[in-house]
Order: sequence, then C-alpha cells, then structure tokens
Amino acid sequence: MKTLLMHPDRDFDATVPKSKENDDYAQDIELGVLLDAMAAGDPYLREIAQAALFGAWGNDMGTILYRQDILKDCLANKDVVRLFYELAQEPFNRRNDRLYRPFGDEPSVKVSTSVRTLKDALDVLRRLRNTCNVYYKGFSSAGFTRFFKTLNDSLDDGYLASVNSDLEQLQFSSGVLISAGLGEGGKGVDFMLRHPQERDTHLIQRLTTSAPKSYTLQLHPRDEAGAQALGQLQNRGLGLISDALSQSAEHVFGFLKMLAAELAFYLGCLNLHDALTRIHEITTFPEPSSEPRIFSCRELRDTCLALTLKQPAVGNDADADGKQLVVITGANRGGKSTFLRSVGLAQLMMQCGMFVTAQVFSSSLRTGLFTHYKREEDRSMKSGKFDEELARMDRIADRIRSRSMMLFNESFAATNEREGSEIARQIVLALLDREIMVFFVSHMYEFARAFFDDKDVKTLFMRAERGEDGERSFRLREEKPLPTSFGADLYTAIFQTAPEPETADGTSR
Amino acid sequence: MPAARVPDQDNDVGPGNPTGELAVRQTPRQAPPGKRPPPGGSGHAEIFDAAEAEPFESILFPPGSERERREMDDEPGCFVDLNLDQVIASAVAKYDESRLRPFFYSTYRNEDVVRYRQEVFRDLEDPEVLGLIPTFCDGMRKVRLEFEFAGKVRYKRHRQMVLFGAIQSYCGTVRGFAGNLGDARLRSRGLRNLRGYLDSYVASLPFTALTAETDEMHEKLSAIRYSMLIHGDKVTVRKYAGEADYSAMVRSQFERFRNLDPEGKESEEKKPDTSLNHVEEGILDFIGDLYPEIFSALEAHLKRHADFIDETVALFDREIQFFLAYLHFVEPLKQAGLNFCYPEVSASDKSISVRQGFDLALAAKLAGEKKPVVGNDFLLDGPERLIVVSGPNQGGKTTFARMFGQLHFLAGLGCPVPGMEAKLFLADRVYTHFEREEDITNLRGKLEDELVHLHETVGQMTGDSIVILNEIFNSTSLQDQIFLSRQVLDGILATDAIGVCVTFIDELASLSEKTVSMVSTVVPDNPAVRTFEILRRPADGLAYALSLAEKHNVTHERLRDRIKP
Repeated sequence: MKTLLMHPDRDFDATVPKSKENDDYAQDIELGVLLDAMAAGDPYLREIAQAALFGAWGNDMGTILYRQDILKDCLANKDVVRLFYELAQEPFNRRNDRLYRPFGDEPSVKVSTSVRTLKDALDVLRRLRNTCNVYYKGFSSAGFTRFFKTLNDSLDDGYLASVNSDLEQLQFSSGVLISAGLGEGGKGVDFMLRHPQERDTHLIQRLTTSAPKSYTLQLHPRDEAGAQALGQLQNRGLGLISDALSQSAEHVFGFLKMLAAELAFYLGCLNLHDALTRIHEITTFPEPSSEPRIFSCRELRDTCLALTLKQPAVGNDADADGKQLVVITGANRGGKSTFLRSVGLAQLMMQCGMFVTAQVFSSSLRTGLFTHYKREEDRSMKSGKFDEELARMDRIADRIRSRSMMLFNESFAATNEREGSEIARQIVLALLDREIMVFFVSHMYEFARAFFDDKDVKTLFMRAERGEDGERSFRLREEKPLPTSFGADLYTAIFQTAPEPETADGTSR
Repeated sequence: MPAARVPDQDNDVGPGNPTGELAVRQTPRQAPPGKRPPPGGSGHAEIFDAAEAEPFESILFPPGSERERREMDDEPGCFVDLNLDQVIASAVAKYDESRLRPFFYSTYRNEDVVRYRQEVFRDLEDPEVLGLIPTFCDGMRKVRLEFEFAGKVRYKRHRQMVLFGAIQSYCGTVRGFAGNLGDARLRSRGLRNLRGYLDSYVASLPFTALTAETDEMHEKLSAIRYSMLIHGDKVTVRKYAGEADYSAMVRSQFERFRNLDPEGKESEEKKPDTSLNHVEEGILDFIGDLYPEIFSALEAHLKRHADFIDETVALFDREIQFFLAYLHFVEPLKQAGLNFCYPEVSASDKSISVRQGFDLALAAKLAGEKKPVVGNDFLLDGPERLIVVSGPNQGGKTTFARMFGQLHFLAGLGCPVPGMEAKLFLADRVYTHFEREEDITNLRGKLEDELVHLHETVGQMTGDSIVILNEIFNSTSLQDQIFLSRQVLDGILATDAIGVCVTFIDELASLSEKTVSMVSTVVPDNPAVRTFEILRRPADGLAYALSLAEKHNVTHERLRDRIKP
C-alpha cells in the first residue's frame, strides 16, 4: 500500500539531507525566504518543503509533470486538500501518547502496541477512504486518481473486519509456550513459539490427564530481577512474531505518515501561491525539457525578492537556447545578482514540480545546482582569499556532475585580473566540456573577452543596464561586454564630494 | 513453592585457578630433530622439509634470539611528530591494544630479526595464508574470554557449561588451524617452524584424547530439547513434546500488511553471551534434573581436562596479531593502488635509497577521501648524510620529512614500508624536532625550549641515529635562524647520523659535502607532472596562481577529468 503522490513509482524521502552542498546554494539563492513562505509558520511544512527541494535534482521528467498535475488539482480543490491533510495528521496530533509511538525493542511491548496501533490506524484509514469517496469527482490528476483507488482496493469493509478478529487472538491469555535446546554455556538456543497443548489451556483436561515430568519455578512476588528475566525469556518467543506484527503496524502507520508528508509539500505550495497572489506576483508552470542546452525565460522574477519586498519584482528576459554559457557583466547594483538568484531558484522550483514566478520559463533538466559566490570572510584559514576560492571550487569539483547548473558570482577576482581571468576561464571550460550550464557574473573584462573571442563556445552575453543619468533599471539586456565596469562611479559616489543624489544610498551598501 | 533454587556452591569442578588466570600447559612437545610427525593428510611444502627441523619459539624472533627481546611500554618520542601515533592507533584499534602496542614501539637493529619478520609478512601477503590467522585468533580470544568468565560463575551447572565451551573452542581452533596450515604454501621460517610444532602437538596423545572426548560430550548435550510454559510469574520446564509452531501461523495471517522487501530487519541478537541470570540458571538446573546422566558425564570430563591450553600456542596467538594489525591497516592503501615493499636493511651501511616512498598517515587519510598520494624518491650516497629540503610552502616538505622517519622506524620493526623500493638503515633511534604549535602563553620561552630540546637530542644521538628537523627556530629573526641552524646542523653532521632538515634557508643546503639539497615543486599547467614532488636540485621560488589551481586540482584538464558523468 503506497500513497505515491510525490513520485509515480516510489515513496517520497522526507528527510532533509545534511550536506554542505545544499547549504551553499541554499544560502546563495536565499532559499530560506521561499521556505518561510511555504511553511506559513508551520515548522513541519518547512521541513518537508526543504526535503522536497533538496531532493529535486533526482526527479525525472515524468515526476515533474506528475507533480505539476497534482499541484494543479490542489490549486483547484484547496479546501478539500486541506481536509485530507487534517485527517492524515490526526494520529500525530492526538494527545493519546501510547499510540503511534516508535515501537519499543521489547517484543512483548511490540506485540501489544502493534496490535493497538493496527486497530486504530485502520480506523483512521477507513474514515479517510470515506471522505475521498465523497470528493473524488473534482480531481483529475493521475496521482490522486490512483491514490483513491488504492484506498478502496486495500481497505474493503470485509477485510477490515477479519483483521480485527485476528488481533483479538493475540492476547495470550493462557501463557506463552516456548521450546528450546541447550547451547553454549548452558544458554537456551533455537527458541520456538509453540501452540500450547490442550491441557495447558483447559482446566478440565489438566485435572483428568496425567502430567509429564515437569518442574515449576515460581518467582517471589518481590523478585523484580527474576520477573524481568522471565520477561526476557518470554520475549525470545514473542520476538518471533513481534517483528511480523510491528512491520504490519509500521506499514499502516507509515502509510499515514507518508500521506501527511506528501500532502504537506502540496500544502506548502498552496501557501506560497497564496502569498504570491496577495502581492500580485505572477506565476506559471514551467516547461522542463529533456533536451540539453535549453534555457529561456520571459519576465523571470526573483521569487524571494518579491516575497521580501512584498511587491512584484523586476523581471528579465533571456533566450539562451543552444547556449552553454551566460556571462553577465555591467553596472554594480544593476540587478546581476538578482538575476543569478532568480535563475537558480526557478530551476530548483521547476525540478521540484512547482510553479515559478515568470511569464514563461523553460529549461533543460539539470543534475544539480552549484554556486560559487564571493564570500565575505575566509574564516581565519591559513590560506589566502584566492586560495580559499580555489579550495571551495575544489570541494565543488568533488561533487558536481555533468549536466549540472553552476552559478558564479564575482568569483576568482581575489588576485590580479590577468591571473583571475585565466583561472576562471580554465574552470569554466572544464565545466562546459562536461555539459554543465554556467552563469557567470564577473567584472573581469579579460575573462568575458576570452569567451567573446572564442567562437567554439556558445555564449550569451548579458549586461546590467544603466540609464542615461547613471540610474539603474535592474534589468539585464543581451549585450557584449565592455572593457570597464562601473565601479568607478560607485567610487566617485562614495569618495568624491560630487553633488550626486546617490551618495547616501551608495554608502549604505 | 520456593523461590529460585540455589544450586550447590561446591568448587570441585572448575578452572584450576579460581582467579581466572589462564591455565597453561608448560610442556612443549617438540618433534625430534629431522623427523616429522606422522603425515596428517596431504604432504605439504616438500621442498622446505630440510629447513623445518628448526624449533619454534616465537613468530617475532628467530630461534635462539629470544634474548634480543626488549619491549618498550612507552610510546617513542618521535611518534607524534612522525604521525606514527595515528598510524599505530588506527592499526591496533581493533585488537588487544595494551598487548600489541609494545611490539610497535620496539625497533631492532638485528638484521636477522628484521628479515625473520619480513618473511612472515611476505607469507601473509598470500590471501590464503592470511585468511587462516584471524580465524585462529578469534577462536583463541573466545577461549580466553570463556575461561576467564568460568572463573567468575558461581552456579555449578552453568560453570560446567561455560568451561566445556572453552575446551570445545580450543580444540576446534587448534585442530582447524593446524589442518589449514598443513595445506598452506609457506616460505617463512617462522610459519614453517610453527607448522612443524603444531603438527606434532595435534598428533600427540593428550590432544587427540581431549578432542575425541569433547566431541562425544557435545553430541549428548545438543540432543537435549525442552519446553517452557511461561504464565505470569511462573515458568514450568518439561521435555519438549512436539507442539506445533505458532509463529508461522501468525506470520501468514498478517502477510498482507508486510512490505515484501526480503525479511526486513530481524531483531534477533547474535552475540555469544554465556552469562545466565538466576531464572536461566534455575531452568538449567531443572534441565540437569531432567537429564541427570548427561550432566554427571560432563562433570567427569571437566575434571580430566583441567589444564588444556598450550603455552607456545598462546604466545603465537599474542604475537601474530602484530602482523595482522599492520596488514589490516595497510590493506585499504594497497587497494587504492599504493605500493609497499620490503626494504633491504643494514645496521652498518648508511647509503640509503627509496623509490616512491610516501607518508603512511597522510596516505591513510587521502585514500579515505579517494585523493591521489604522491610518492617521492631519495638517496644518500657516499659521504652524504643530511637531506636539506627547501622550496615553496604547501609543497609537501613536512610530509617528506615524516616519510623519511616513518620508513626507517617501520623498517626497524620488520614491517613492509610505503614505497616501491627501499634500502634503509637500521637506526638505534629516530629523533625528531618539529615546530610546536604556537603557544600564546609561552612565546618568549619558545626559542629557549627549542634550544634545550635540541641540545638534549644532539647530546643523546649517536652515529647510528636518525634525526628529522622541521622548520626549526621559526620564532626568531632570520639572522638568528641562520646562525643557530648552522650551529646545530654542524653538531649533527659531526656525529655522522643521517636525517632530514626542512627549512626555507637556502644556505643550509650547501653546508658541506654531507648535505644534499632537495626542493618542493609545484609544476603549473601540466597534468602529467604531479605536485608535491620533492626533487634533488637547488631551490627556486615559484608560487603563482596557477600553481595554486594545480594544488586544488581545478586546472582545466584536471577539473574536467574529475567531474563525474
């Protein structure tokens, strides 16, 4: 019995991976803002959203489209989906502590909790099934259709009744019979749980037939250690069925837990959608492509910036279909970093099966997202800053796979321009050789020019715009790189006493 | 009904020594010289028969050189600087540390001892031979543990069962080991001598009687089958009467809800624990009462075989772990493609040479991270005594110095050393002097401390010592450093000891005909040439951005090759 609302063929992995890899890009694309919007204050939703997003790189085309369809169903049936989620959550919200606890190690405890859990969890599932049967007509996605069918197929009323009577028998009201042999050091071995003899269970038989030779040990009422030891012996017998029973209980329990987790992801998406709708930000379902070298967008916005500003963000257009590399140059504070972030974020959301903030977004599937940003601090390491940048690239190289996406922001500029450009060029070429799509924001003209002159590499050049009066529009244009960047005017703004209105603004950066 | 019955506490059958000391038979049965015991199956190693007349005493020392044995209990002073502390700690971690560490602390200048051990190591390179040893050691360990435990058990029938288990383990272990060794292809004196010894021991009357009687006893005990009906706070014990398996019935009832992944996790624990609680002891007593004749036979058996462990076998068990521990440590490095070799050793000839030697501690770390390890060559020829290493930082200078010290120490243990080929000197001691961590509380005293330490070292060392100096006197001015370093090096060179000095002071490289200059290099932009190479040539000072990229393996070609598909 599986829920299968996240993957068409397997369970959703709800654990958040603890790798540095995710931390890096998550920090650089401000993923926390997105997660907060999806959580809407519920830490569980946040955790699930995080697990889904970090797990996005493993999704294939089928999974992405499968989720898009389910998400569309959810957007059309918001209230019903929230109702499903509440039901699935019910066992986890209960005050009744003895239920749904992780099963202890002790077989006798395992047996009794499993029996209880099975009884109660099956009851919740029965009610869930009934609810689904009321609302199924509003849903059309393959995922929900199959889910409804699973519930009806596995949990017909006849089966539920027979399971309940099986559970009654597992009380062992006349004692537990176990057989054993003599092992090393006098320890019992080959324990087997046995069906008691007639005369063990019936008083009449016990009185009328002759007993085989036997010895009985009766514990002193205060012999607690003895009681414990006897319990252990009994557990050797019950251990033979406790696993089977607890596996069954865990399976049913796991089904509910998985359902809660999977629905939690879609609930997070609904929360995000609500938040974006409130600030009138646009959304669309992206078009993933299994072809390489696809990247194009219209009005692509940085979702997290919009959420932070609480108003629609400035959008960018790019047509990089057929391109391997996007080099972004131009004015400081001209929207380069924002664009870079919006690219990473949209790619991630697309591969997770979510909508993105754009009019149109289409992109090849990538195997991962890697970011290499200029870091403020180099944490008291012995090596210099440039060395630290290379060390970071080294760590990325350990993990990056071909057909990933890699975002560089002002990387390798901690040495002179000639050396920095050469290193950056070599690194980028190596990544391109492995079909990694690279976005590189750089001030280094030498670097940009090297690719401008290199006709073998298909590069899109974009430049941060600058208005006539030096004012920035935060939009990027397809434009060849220029020899100087615009640091000079920032410098002027900050250091010279020229009567520029930007002064206050500039110093705050 | 009484509470749990307390069995008799008589001590008539039990370990010969109630403190739990291992009872050891002290009569080595040695085969008469030149004559082998009755052939035990397939004739083995015919070619070496002549040599097998040698007696066997120890796997660490050739016959007659037991008197060489002097085991150090304290870690040698060079261990921390050479990172040998990490190597040995990791090597002995899964073994009986306290018994094994002294073996790793004690080097020998006796060429015969070193070669005797090298031969054993070579034999153990054969996986078939190596595979025999852990089985033996595990068996002997179990015997020891059971024997010790029996000394602590108070209940008679329980103690009898534990002791019987120890005898059983011993018989099986020794018999199995002797049999397996008989078929093995052995070349080392040590293991061939051992084989001769074991053959005669296993064929001896006391041992054959012990095993036959033990097998018979075991059969009787394992035929016993009983059942327990547990209800509330009482348990009834009787002979098993053929009642049906209930667990199979339950399992099939709930098949429907179980994931059909093969058998999931079974919660049965499998550790051989032979302790019994008082309920189990009570039950065992009932079983004894249900089967009285079997238990009186067991009592007689244990009386007859109070001391059953042979002393030489026990010593071998202890000493062979030295080899196992080292090989176990080295194995993953070999798997990673690194070479180990048996150095040609001499206690007198100071011309040494090594091809592709590497730092064992670093290699263990790098291999764990799947990073390449760079080997280096070195050579001291004729009058040359001291290698002076200079050159850019992060180029592997300290690693080189460690490697030099490690190789010599390991050679003195008789171990295979990290490298493709080696000719090494058996030193009386390895002295190291590495720059200590900056100690903020004691900055002023640092130079003084260094000088005191160096003064001691120079005073103790002999012409047969090895000395490793790493970045000495860094805490003072350049002029001071040059002056002090010259003085100390002159003193060391005067003793005729060999060694390595890592420094950035170029002048030291050409102090006298006894010094050899080597430099760390970083070769940019050529993936074929590896970094961390230390080459024999005068110093230069290249350290550019590209060489840093090279260091991090992110130049174009290297990066491209690293990216996984």
